[in-house]
Amino acid sequence: MTDATVKKFMFVNRKAPHGTIYALEALEVVLITAAFDQDVSLVFLDDGVYQLKKTQQTKGIETKNFSPTYRALDGYDVEKLYVEKESLDARGLSEDDLLVDVIVLGSAEMGALMAEQDVVLSF
Amino acid sequence: MLHIVNKSPLANRTLENCLRVAAGGDILLIEDAVYAATKGNSFEQQMTKALEKFKVYVLQPDLDARGVGDRLIAGATPVDYGGFVELAANNKNCQSWL
Repeated sequence: MTDATVKKFMFVNRKAPHGTIYALEALEVVLITAAFDQDVSLVFLDDGVYQLKKTQQTKGIETKNFSPTYRALDGYDVEKLYVEKESLDARGLSEDDLLVDVIVLGSAEMGALMAEQDVVLSF
Repeated sequence: MLHIVNKSPLANRTLENCLRVAAGGDILLIEDAVYAATKGNSFEQQMTKALEKFKVYVLQPDLDARGVGDRLIAGATPVDYGGFVELAANNKNCQSWL
């Protein structure tokens, strides 16, 4: 595949992980996109930052615990994970609370990164 | 009366609306509403204030699923599914703030 066909895809995750199906569906689409050798970025904003919280145990609510999948993204060459600092702060979370290594950006930096994408997909 | 809330306090105003209208009694936080009763959440102060007027219960399996079982604020009471059923049975009526 030539460079000309590679687009910058950003997936914007703004929903908490288990109350709706959005977070799980976003993961599915991210993995599909990665298979097409695209430039993929994942963004976690607002309640979306909760998707990356460590120690999620879904046994009690009898649903799939998909949180380990975030740790596997690296294996699909999905390495650009961005988290908004303001969203972490509003939820009493820090980078240490997250399952994976991320790049923490302020709101303005996040907005600029969003603006330079070819395709933005919202979840 | 039992009031049940299932939405994150930072995603929309459902819990805020419940707290404004509800006359007192029991509040049960389930699903994404459990984040409201976690330490460090920016809704924590409003939740703590609500404890003066309501008895607040939080569904433990939903806390665990979200990895915040160790962050419950003081004064809120964790319950399991059996506790959920008891709350529903022991109250005269119930409003789900969907």
